[in-house]
Amino acid sequence: MNRMNATPPRNRFTLAGMLAQREMLLLAAVIILLGAIATRFPSFLLPGNLANVFNDTAILLILVIGQMVVILTRAIDLSTAANLALTGMICALLNAAYPDLPLAALILVAALSGLVLGAINGLLVWKLGMPSIVVTLGTLTIYRGLAFLISGGRWVNAHEMSASFLGFPRAEIFGLPVLSWLSLIVLALAWFGFKRLTVGRDFYAVGGNPTAAVYVGIDVGRTRFIAFCLAGLLSGISGYLWVSRYAVAYVDIANGFELDVIAACVIGGISIAGGIGSVGGAILGALFLGIIKNALPVINVSPFWQMAISGAIIIIAVIINVRAERSQGRRILRQPAPGAVTQGA
Amino acid sequence: MTDTASHRHIPDRLERPWQRLAKSWEALLFVVLVAIFAINCVTSPFFLDPWNLSDATFDFTEKAIMALAMTFLIIAGEIDLSVAAIIALASTAMGAAAQSGAGNAELVAIGLGVGLLCGAFNGWLVTGLRLPSIIATIGTMSLFRGIAYVVLGDQVYKGYPADFAYFGQGYVFWAFSFEFVTFLALAVIAGIVLHRTIFGRVIYAIGNNPLGARFSGIRVTRVKFILFLLTGLASGLAAVMLTSRLGATRPSIAFGWELQVVTMVVLGGVNIQGGSGSILGVVIAAFVMGLVTFGLGLLNVPGIVMSIIIGLMLIAVIALPIVARRLLHQRKAA
Repeated sequence: MNRMNATPPRNRFTLAGMLAQREMLLLAAVIILLGAIATRFPSFLLPGNLANVFNDTAILLILVIGQMVVILTRAIDLSTAANLALTGMICALLNAAYPDLPLAALILVAALSGLVLGAINGLLVWKLGMPSIVVTLGTLTIYRGLAFLISGGRWVNAHEMSASFLGFPRAEIFGLPVLSWLSLIVLALAWFGFKRLTVGRDFYAVGGNPTAAVYVGIDVGRTRFIAFCLAGLLSGISGYLWVSRYAVAYVDIANGFELDVIAACVIGGISIAGGIGSVGGAILGALFLGIIKNALPVINVSPFWQMAISGAIIIIAVIINVRAERSQGRRILRQPAPGAVTQGA
Repeated sequence: MTDTASHRHIPDRLERPWQRLAKSWEALLFVVLVAIFAINCVTSPFFLDPWNLSDATFDFTEKAIMALAMTFLIIAGEIDLSVAAIIALASTAMGAAAQSGAGNAELVAIGLGVGLLCGAFNGWLVTGLRLPSIIATIGTMSLFRGIAYVVLGDQVYKGYPADFAYFGQGYVFWAFSFEFVTFLALAVIAGIVLHRTIFGRVIYAIGNNPLGARFSGIRVTRVKFILFLLTGLASGLAAVMLTSRLGATRPSIAFGWELQVVTMVVLGGVNIQGGSGSILGVVIAAFVMGLVTFGLGLLNVPGIVMSIIIGLMLIAVIALPIVARRLLHQRKAA
């Protein structure tokens, strides 16, 4: 492909080298974190418990991949959690009203409605050229409001949901719940897509230097649109998974979770200025948050500390990331002017 | 956006001031405001009452005061998403002080002081460590509110001195509340500073081209730091008013307000990417949002439905001019 020439081969080698280094740093941080917890509670490191922690972080992992695609293209999606709440509510209401509907149909509905919601974001950004932060700020309130409208504010509880609806993410294959497997599949697909597919490389090029991307023949707007569609699709699937896992659907589920998702991306080294980031980093960023969330109750720290701790971690992570980005340019298409990195298009 | 190269249309002569005014964002917003006012008058018999209208202002003045400061920050190309969390932290600090018997003056000083400190911390992260403000303030948003949660947990601070209620509930004269009068005064000051002083022009310069501004001898980082301080201070002031109005502090106080404040600023015609906007627009936008919310409240519309309308307004108000301009261009080209 002609477009792939956008990545100079020499740069790619050093890129890979540095990516490995960054991920190693984060991996070391995760291991130190686990070690620190283990000094007080060795049983935290038992494979069974680690699998639980992973399963607990699975939805965050899926959402982080969606957000990562959007952030790579130098945009941001604040409507992730609202999308999840709306699609989750649609699924739960459908299941409560028509218990005989096959599960596959419900998951399809969730995925498609998530996709449509993401596409609305993407169209507004692409066709009208509106800043993504404004668009998703608006759709964030609209989507959650719609979840209220279709449910009338009522809760859908576990006893209204069918057994297969609740059982699917919990079913175990080779000792791991389906939920964990699903997130592993998403991660594997993302890894392959970012490395091997043209559109995967396009995401990096568009975020790294939109102007150069145009000269290389990439449709920046369309690529962003695809990114928002993917993020919407993953949010939609997560909507079903969330409602099924916690066995309840109401308007405020996952309220504010979009910030956790963005935080995991930032901790994972995905640059908010676009064009930089890897699936490995995203995984480690999400796991880092997931481990802390699971460890706090274990080491007897009040859950009220969680917000302050994750805030402090976000700040520290972004300080480290910004330093690293400044000392070594890591984008595949370099942007000459360092200004205007605060807000994506 | 960077890829759609816009060719500039250079007119033979400048438009007259009134022509520019008629085509301006502020004029459009004002028409919307009048329409909403009229609709409210028709749909609810309780709307057009001075005391009722005065009640309506309470709901948005605190947000509007923060929006004034946020306007400066966004025009300069930065953003502060931690404003609501600053309220939570400042209010918690005031609550703790009130428990140990602090008086009015101390409480106000603590509220404003905590706001200023938080603003300074944000400013240091953005200008000192050169972090992107959107991410730095997402971090401090968790940090500030997180500290409030650590201190308070599921507890509530009550027991503020009786006369502390004045800042959120008192009236200066007739139906004009202390909150509303303060907002109007600050709006006038903000308008003069932004549109009539060198400092104001400097902010536009920074927003349009930070590098160019630096080469023109503008101390970009210092100005940005001051703007973060101002936003922190405004949040501290909002914390004093809100705490006084509610008479209690929970760590969840003002949750989600940051998005409403940003919505207000963007609705007011400020470019989210910096460089343009006016105080007048933001002030009208504050009234529009306040009256829509209040009018729907009189009609017993639930709050979450109002938020749908606010969200739609935010998108429509930005999308419509773009669509209109595009249709106009097509007609010209044809």
